[in-house]
Amino acid sequence: MESLSNKRKVLEVKPLNFLERAYLPAIVGGLSTTMKHFFKKPVTISYPEEKREFSENFRGMHSLKRDEDGRERCTACGLCALSCPAEAITMTAAERQKGEEHLYREEKYAAVYEINMLRCIFCGLCEEACPKEAIYLDGDIVPADYLRKDFIYGKDKLVEAPLNQ
Amino acid sequence: METTDLIFRIVLIVVIFAISLVVAMYSTYAERKVAAFFQDRIGPNRAGPWGILQPLADGGKMFLKEEIIPTNATGFLFIVGPSLAILTACIGSAVIPWGSAIQIGGRTFDLQVTDINVGVLYIFGVVSLGVYGIMIGGWASNNKYSLLGAIRAASQNISYEISMGLSIIALLMLTGTLSLKEIAEQQHGFAWNVWRQPLGFLLFLVCAFAETNRSPFDLPECETELVGGYHTEYSSMKLGFYLFAEYINMFISSAVMATLYWGGYNYPGMDWVAAQAGPTIAPLIGVVVLFGKIFFSIFFFMWVRWTIPRFRYDQLMDLGWKILIPLAITNIVLTGVISTLLK
Repeated sequence: MESLSNKRKVLEVKPLNFLERAYLPAIVGGLSTTMKHFFKKPVTISYPEEKREFSENFRGMHSLKRDEDGRERCTACGLCALSCPAEAITMTAAERQKGEEHLYREEKYAAVYEINMLRCIFCGLCEEACPKEAIYLDGDIVPADYLRKDFIYGKDKLVEAPLNQ
Repeated sequence: METTDLIFRIVLIVVIFAISLVVAMYSTYAERKVAAFFQDRIGPNRAGPWGILQPLADGGKMFLKEEIIPTNATGFLFIVGPSLAILTACIGSAVIPWGSAIQIGGRTFDLQVTDINVGVLYIFGVVSLGVYGIMIGGWASNNKYSLLGAIRAASQNISYEISMGLSIIALLMLTGTLSLKEIAEQQHGFAWNVWRQPLGFLLFLVCAFAETNRSPFDLPECETELVGGYHTEYSSMKLGFYLFAEYINMFISSAVMATLYWGGYNYPGMDWVAAQAGPTIAPLIGVVVLFGKIFFSIFFFMWVRWTIPRFRYDQLMDLGWKILIPLAITNIVLTGVISTLLK
């Protein structure tokens, strides 16, 4: 059949000539190729000491943000948990008491906020769903650990460090 | 034999034994490093600076692993296998001349454990025995993969021993002696045998790869087909012995190759060096040169391993029987004709 793309090439299968059958020139060629690689710079990045540069929109570990006065922004509305396709987020809401205005921005806040890092797929839908700009996936790679329970990160690991301390 | 001679011999045996073990140990490290460099990686670098303690860590791991002897294995032979493999690997070093005679305190000592007049034959005998370790281990495991690996090892070694022997015969026609020491002394300076026997060396090299079960002829332990080959059922230090024996074999065959073809401890300008350095230091320089040759040869073994893919089994047999043996016979004929004409 006529080829429409005009890209068809008829390959000719030639019997090997003597040098090709002798195998040794091919071995020498192969050895020189590997020797070239011997002196190449390794592409390895020794991870804990060195880190690969992340792209700007890299999504790593979550952090719960504070506002300009150092108050937690999260109001425990649950939209992040609802939007999470992996169902990794859970929280318990609590009402802000008198005298806690410097801790929480809204009248309702998350007393418990947990993300299961083994379930999380780092899609970033929680950060899109959040109406209070309270959660961002702007952290590092989630470190390795030994037990499953240690991958459930509570507020102690998630909330940003207070402003001036 | 006098007491000092005896003491020197014993010291030499211990030193050579230790050296071959250390070289084999660090060959495992070198193999991993070399493989890494050939693949644009870094290789082991966590145990000690640049990972130089890696062999010790590996050894420790091997010792601490659980020792499993399968229920249906032949218990005695299962243990004999790796012991035989490492034993035959170690005794090959006895006849290799590590250097010319050294003078210490007015006495002359040979840097060779024993100079038997059939040194080449001894090496061949030991190398042939080496395959028994693999065969017995593979048979005693009572596992079809192990057995297949053992069968492959046996037939491969038998096939390649023939062309190895034939390639050596051409060399022996020129040297006229089977003593490795005399062969080494004949190659004084730069008169290395490889210049007179290039084809023979090539054949010997290919057969050495096959005899040490190194890639591209590592079919006895062909992972993709036979799980682990003859050592599938082995664990702990018995497995370690098998792996270790391979590296010692590599060291010994490199030493034999260097002695037979690459002039052993000889190097160009050695007479001048001997006149400058005196009869104690000069032989030691020769030893260093020999080890340089051996290390390059070991590096070459690794270089080939990470370059050339494994042969298919029928191709291996084709190469052995239909190409190497006729070539070796041609080499003998050519050597005979040319050396007769030149006389």
